[in-house]
Amino acid sequence: MIFFGTAESSLGTMPNSKDGGKEDVRNVRLRRRKIGEQLRAIYDEVASEPVPDEFLRLLEEADRNTTNPDETSS
Amino acid sequence: MNSPKTGDSAFKAELTALIPHLRAFARSLCGDATLADDLAQDALLKAWKARDRYEPESNMKAWTFTILRNSFFSEKRRSWRRQSLDPEVAEATLVANDDPQANLELLALRNALARLPDDQREALILVGAGGLSYEEAAGISGCAVGTIKSRVSRARKALIVILESDLTGFNSDSEMRATDVFDDLMRQAQELSTNGTP
Repeated sequence: MIFFGTAESSLGTMPNSKDGGKEDVRNVRLRRRKIGEQLRAIYDEVASEPVPDEFLRLLEEADRNTTNPDETSS
Repeated sequence: MNSPKTGDSAFKAELTALIPHLRAFARSLCGDATLADDLAQDALLKAWKARDRYEPESNMKAWTFTILRNSFFSEKRRSWRRQSLDPEVAEATLVANDDPQANLELLALRNALARLPDDQREALILVGAGGLSYEEAAGISGCAVGTIKSRVSRARKALIVILESDLTGFNSDSEMRATDVFDDLMRQAQELSTNGTP
Protein backbone atom coordinates (compact mmCIF):
# COMPACT_ATOMS: atom_id res chain seq x y z
CA MET A 1 0.00 0.00 0.00
CA ILE A 2 1.32 3.40 -0.92
CA PHE A 3 0.72 6.39 1.25
CA PHE A 4 0.92 9.76 -0.33
CA GLY A 5 0.87 11.54 2.99
CA THR A 6 -2.16 12.71 4.87
CA ALA A 7 -4.29 15.66 3.91
CA GLU A 8 -3.37 17.49 7.07
CA SER A 9 0.37 17.30 6.67
CA SER A 10 1.14 17.70 3.00
CA LEU A 11 -0.40 20.46 1.02
CA GLY A 12 2.56 20.52 -1.30
CA THR A 13 0.65 19.41 -4.35
CA MET A 14 -1.57 22.47 -4.27
CA PRO A 15 -1.00 25.04 -6.95
CA ASN A 16 0.38 28.32 -5.63
CA SER A 17 1.15 26.79 -2.27
CA LYS A 18 4.74 28.00 -2.47
CA ASP A 19 3.84 31.65 -2.73
CA GLY A 20 1.20 31.94 -0.07
CA GLY A 21 2.46 30.19 3.05
CA LYS A 22 0.02 30.49 5.92
CA GLU A 23 -2.49 32.32 3.79
CA ASP A 24 -2.61 29.40 1.40
CA VAL A 25 -2.92 26.83 4.14
CA ARG A 26 -5.93 28.72 5.39
CA ASN A 27 -7.36 28.96 1.89
CA VAL A 28 -6.95 25.25 1.40
CA ARG A 29 -8.71 24.61 4.70
CA LEU A 30 -11.56 26.91 3.77
CA ARG A 31 -11.88 25.34 0.36
CA ARG A 32 -11.85 21.88 1.87
CA ARG A 33 -14.58 22.84 4.30
CA LYS A 34 -16.60 24.29 1.46
CA ILE A 35 -16.19 21.14 -0.58
CA GLY A 36 -17.38 19.16 2.41
CA GLU A 37 -20.50 21.29 2.68
CA GLN A 38 -21.16 21.01 -1.04
CA LEU A 39 -20.68 17.25 -0.99
CA ARG A 40 -23.28 16.98 1.74
CA ALA A 41 -25.52 19.30 -0.26
CA ILE A 42 -25.30 17.02 -3.29
CA TYR A 43 -26.05 14.00 -1.14
CA ASP A 44 -28.82 15.64 0.88
CA GLU A 45 -30.44 16.99 -2.23
CA VAL A 46 -31.24 13.44 -3.29
CA ALA A 47 -31.79 12.11 0.22
CA SER A 48 -34.45 14.73 0.88
CA GLU A 49 -36.39 14.01 -2.30
CA PRO A 50 -39.63 12.13 -1.74
CA VAL A 51 -39.07 8.43 -2.35
CA PRO A 52 -40.42 7.45 -5.77
CA ASP A 53 -43.44 5.13 -5.50
CA GLU A 54 -41.65 2.49 -7.48
CA PHE A 55 -39.32 1.78 -4.57
CA LEU A 56 -42.13 1.23 -2.12
CA ARG A 57 -44.07 -0.82 -4.63
CA LEU A 58 -41.10 -3.08 -5.29
CA LEU A 59 -40.58 -3.68 -1.62
CA GLU A 60 -44.29 -4.31 -1.00
CA GLU A 61 -44.33 -6.77 -3.85
CA ALA A 62 -41.27 -8.58 -2.60
CA ASP A 63 -42.79 -8.71 0.87
CA ARG A 64 -46.12 -10.05 -0.39
CA ASN A 65 -44.37 -12.70 -2.42
CA THR A 66 -42.43 -13.92 0.57
CA THR A 67 -45.35 -13.78 3.00
CA ASN A 68 -47.84 -15.47 0.69
CA PRO A 69 -45.73 -17.38 -1.80
CA ASP A 70 -48.81 -19.04 -3.33
CA GLU A 71 -50.66 -15.87 -4.11
CA THR A 72 -49.30 -14.34 -7.24
CA SER A 73 -49.98 -10.64 -7.22
CA SER A 74 -50.33 -8.64 -10.36
CA MET B 1 -35.04 -18.14 12.42
CA ASN B 2 -37.15 -16.61 15.17
CA SER B 3 -40.57 -15.09 14.58
CA PRO B 4 -40.03 -14.19 10.95
CA LYS B 5 -43.18 -12.08 10.77
CA THR B 6 -42.31 -9.48 13.38
CA GLY B 7 -38.64 -9.61 12.46
CA ASP B 8 -39.54 -9.01 8.85
CA SER B 9 -41.77 -6.04 9.49
CA ALA B 10 -39.18 -4.36 11.69
CA PHE B 11 -36.58 -5.05 9.03
CA LYS B 12 -38.85 -3.67 6.36
CA ALA B 13 -39.53 -0.48 8.27
CA GLU B 14 -35.85 0.12 8.81
CA LEU B 15 -35.04 -0.70 5.21
CA THR B 16 -37.76 1.63 3.96
CA ALA B 17 -36.34 4.44 6.03
CA LEU B 18 -32.99 3.88 4.36
CA ILE B 19 -34.27 4.26 0.79
CA PRO B 20 -33.42 7.99 0.61
CA HIS B 21 -29.85 7.17 1.64
CA LEU B 22 -29.57 4.36 -0.87
CA ARG B 23 -30.69 6.74 -3.59
CA ALA B 24 -28.34 9.49 -2.46
CA PHE B 25 -25.38 7.15 -2.19
CA ALA B 26 -26.11 5.62 -5.60
CA ARG B 27 -26.47 9.03 -7.20
CA SER B 28 -23.25 10.36 -5.77
CA LEU B 29 -21.50 7.17 -6.80
CA CYS B 30 -22.61 7.01 -10.40
CA GLY B 31 -23.93 10.47 -11.23
CA ASP B 32 -26.65 9.40 -13.63
CA ALA B 33 -30.08 9.69 -11.98
CA THR B 34 -31.74 6.80 -13.83
CA LEU B 35 -28.85 4.41 -13.41
CA ALA B 36 -28.58 5.42 -9.78
CA ASP B 37 -32.22 4.59 -9.06
CA ASP B 38 -31.84 1.24 -10.83
CA LEU B 39 -28.86 0.58 -8.64
CA ALA B 40 -30.73 1.62 -5.51
CA GLN B 41 -33.76 -0.52 -6.36
CA ASP B 42 -31.53 -3.47 -7.06
CA ALA B 43 -29.83 -3.00 -3.69
CA LEU B 44 -33.17 -2.66 -1.97
CA LEU B 45 -34.40 -5.98 -3.32
CA LYS B 46 -31.10 -7.70 -2.65
CA ALA B 47 -31.18 -6.46 0.93
CA TRP B 48 -34.73 -7.71 1.33
CA LYS B 49 -33.82 -11.13 -0.01
CA ALA B 50 -30.78 -11.32 2.23
CA ARG B 51 -32.65 -10.17 5.36
CA ASP B 52 -32.05 -13.48 7.12
CA ARG B 53 -28.34 -12.82 6.93
CA TYR B 54 -28.63 -9.39 8.50
CA GLU B 55 -27.55 -9.19 12.11
CA PRO B 56 -30.00 -6.96 13.96
CA GLU B 57 -27.35 -5.34 16.16
CA SER B 58 -25.30 -4.21 13.19
CA ASN B 59 -25.58 -1.03 11.20
CA MET B 60 -28.18 -1.51 8.49
CA LYS B 61 -27.14 1.57 6.59
CA ALA B 62 -23.59 0.29 6.26
CA TRP B 63 -24.93 -3.15 5.39
CA THR B 64 -27.16 -1.89 2.56
CA PHE B 65 -24.42 0.43 1.31
CA THR B 66 -22.14 -2.59 1.06
CA ILE B 67 -24.72 -4.39 -1.06
CA LEU B 68 -25.17 -1.35 -3.27
CA ARG B 69 -21.51 -0.63 -3.87
CA ASN B 70 -20.70 -4.28 -4.50
CA SER B 71 -23.26 -4.49 -7.26
CA PHE B 72 -22.11 -1.13 -8.62
CA PHE B 73 -18.53 -2.30 -8.86
CA SER B 74 -19.27 -5.77 -10.16
CA GLU B 75 -21.54 -4.23 -12.77
CA LYS B 76 -18.79 -1.87 -13.70
CA ARG B 77 -16.25 -4.63 -13.90
CA ARG B 78 -18.54 -6.59 -16.17
CA SER B 79 -19.26 -3.74 -18.47
CA TRP B 80 -16.70 -2.68 -20.99
CA ARG B 81 -16.81 0.99 -20.11
CA ARG B 82 -14.37 1.24 -17.30
CA GLN B 83 -13.67 4.90 -17.59
CA SER B 84 -15.15 7.37 -15.17
CA LEU B 85 -18.42 9.13 -15.72
CA ASP B 86 -19.04 11.46 -18.56
CA PRO B 87 -19.22 14.94 -17.02
CA GLU B 88 -22.22 15.73 -19.23
CA VAL B 89 -24.21 13.15 -17.36
CA ALA B 90 -23.62 15.00 -14.14
CA GLU B 91 -24.73 18.19 -15.79
CA ALA B 92 -28.01 16.66 -16.83
CA THR B 93 -28.84 15.53 -13.32
CA LEU B 94 -28.27 18.85 -11.62
CA VAL B 95 -31.33 19.85 -9.71
CA ALA B 96 -32.24 23.49 -9.98
CA ASN B 97 -31.46 25.72 -7.06
CA ASP B 98 -32.48 29.35 -6.64
CA ASP B 99 -28.90 30.51 -6.25
CA PRO B 100 -27.22 30.44 -9.68
CA GLN B 101 -23.75 30.81 -8.21
CA ALA B 102 -24.28 27.89 -5.85
CA ASN B 103 -25.69 25.94 -8.77
CA LEU B 104 -22.57 26.52 -10.81
CA GLU B 105 -20.38 25.53 -7.91
CA LEU B 106 -22.31 22.33 -7.28
CA LEU B 107 -22.16 21.54 -10.97
CA ALA B 108 -18.41 22.06 -10.97
CA LEU B 109 -18.09 19.81 -7.94
CA ARG B 110 -20.23 17.09 -9.52
CA ASN B 111 -18.08 17.16 -12.61
CA ALA B 112 -14.92 17.07 -10.55
CA LEU B 113 -16.35 14.20 -8.51
CA ALA B 114 -17.07 12.28 -11.71
CA ARG B 115 -13.43 12.61 -12.69
CA LEU B 116 -12.11 11.01 -9.51
CA PRO B 117 -11.06 7.36 -9.51
CA ASP B 118 -13.96 5.19 -8.31
CA ASP B 119 -12.35 4.13 -5.05
CA GLN B 120 -11.53 7.70 -4.06
CA ARG B 121 -14.99 8.97 -4.96
CA GLU B 122 -16.58 6.19 -2.96
CA ALA B 123 -14.48 6.85 0.12
CA LEU B 124 -15.11 10.57 -0.02
CA ILE B 125 -18.88 10.14 -0.40
CA LEU B 126 -19.16 7.64 2.42
CA VAL B 127 -17.14 9.69 4.87
CA GLY B 128 -17.74 13.20 3.58
CA ALA B 129 -21.44 13.03 2.74
CA GLY B 130 -22.94 9.75 3.89
CA GLY B 131 -22.02 10.31 7.50
CA LEU B 132 -20.19 7.02 7.94
CA SER B 133 -17.14 6.61 10.10
CA TYR B 134 -13.79 5.65 8.62
CA GLU B 135 -14.26 2.23 10.18
CA GLU B 136 -17.70 1.76 8.65
CA ALA B 137 -16.47 3.01 5.29
CA ALA B 138 -13.58 0.54 5.46
CA GLY B 139 -16.04 -2.27 6.19
CA ILE B 140 -18.22 -1.22 3.27
CA SER B 141 -15.35 -0.95 0.82
CA GLY B 142 -13.64 -4.06 2.11
CA CYS B 143 -10.32 -2.42 2.83
CA ALA B 144 -8.23 -1.19 5.74
CA VAL B 145 -9.13 1.96 7.67
CA GLY B 146 -5.80 3.47 6.65
CA THR B 147 -6.64 2.89 3.01
CA ILE B 148 -9.93 4.73 3.40
CA LYS B 149 -8.19 7.61 5.12
CA SER B 150 -5.64 7.93 2.38
CA ARG B 151 -8.32 7.67 -0.32
CA VAL B 152 -10.37 10.41 1.30
CA SER B 153 -7.33 12.60 1.62
CA ARG B 154 -6.26 12.03 -1.98
CA ALA B 155 -9.80 12.59 -3.19
CA ARG B 156 -10.02 15.94 -1.40
CA LYS B 157 -6.72 17.07 -2.83
CA ALA B 158 -7.63 15.93 -6.30
CA LEU B 159 -10.99 17.70 -6.13
CA ILE B 160 -9.35 20.96 -5.15
CA VAL B 161 -6.86 20.63 -7.98
CA ILE B 162 -9.59 19.82 -10.50
CA LEU B 163 -11.81 22.67 -9.32
CA GLU B 164 -8.83 25.01 -9.38
CA SER B 165 -7.92 24.06 -12.92
CA ASP B 166 -11.54 24.44 -13.99
CA LEU B 167 -11.46 27.94 -12.61
CA THR B 168 -8.28 28.60 -14.52
CA GLY B 169 -10.09 27.44 -17.60
CA PHE B 170 -12.93 29.87 -16.99
CA ASN B 171 -11.15 33.06 -16.07
CA SER B 172 -7.49 32.24 -15.28
CA ASP B 173 -8.15 33.38 -11.76
CA SER B 174 -5.47 31.33 -10.06
CA GLU B 175 -2.88 32.43 -12.58
CA MET B 176 -3.69 36.05 -11.88
CA ARG B 177 -3.36 35.45 -8.23
CA ALA B 178 -0.01 33.79 -8.69
CA THR B 179 1.22 36.77 -10.70
CA ASP B 180 -0.04 39.18 -8.08
CA VAL B 181 1.84 37.36 -5.39
CA PHE B 182 4.95 37.33 -7.52
CA ASP B 183 4.67 41.05 -8.23
CA ASP B 184 4.22 41.72 -4.57
CA LEU B 185 7.32 39.73 -3.71
CA MET B 186 9.30 41.61 -6.35
CA ARG B 187 8.11 44.93 -4.99
CA GLN B 188 9.10 43.98 -1.49
CA ALA B 189 12.49 42.86 -2.70
CA GLN B 190 12.86 46.11 -4.57
CA GLU B 191 12.00 48.15 -1.49
CA LEU B 192 14.42 46.19 0.64
CA SER B 193 17.25 46.73 -1.79
CA THR B 194 16.58 50.44 -2.41
CA ASN B 195 15.97 51.37 1.20
CA GLY B 196 18.93 49.34 2.25
CA THR B 197 19.93 50.24 5.79
CA PRO B 198 17.65 52.51 7.76
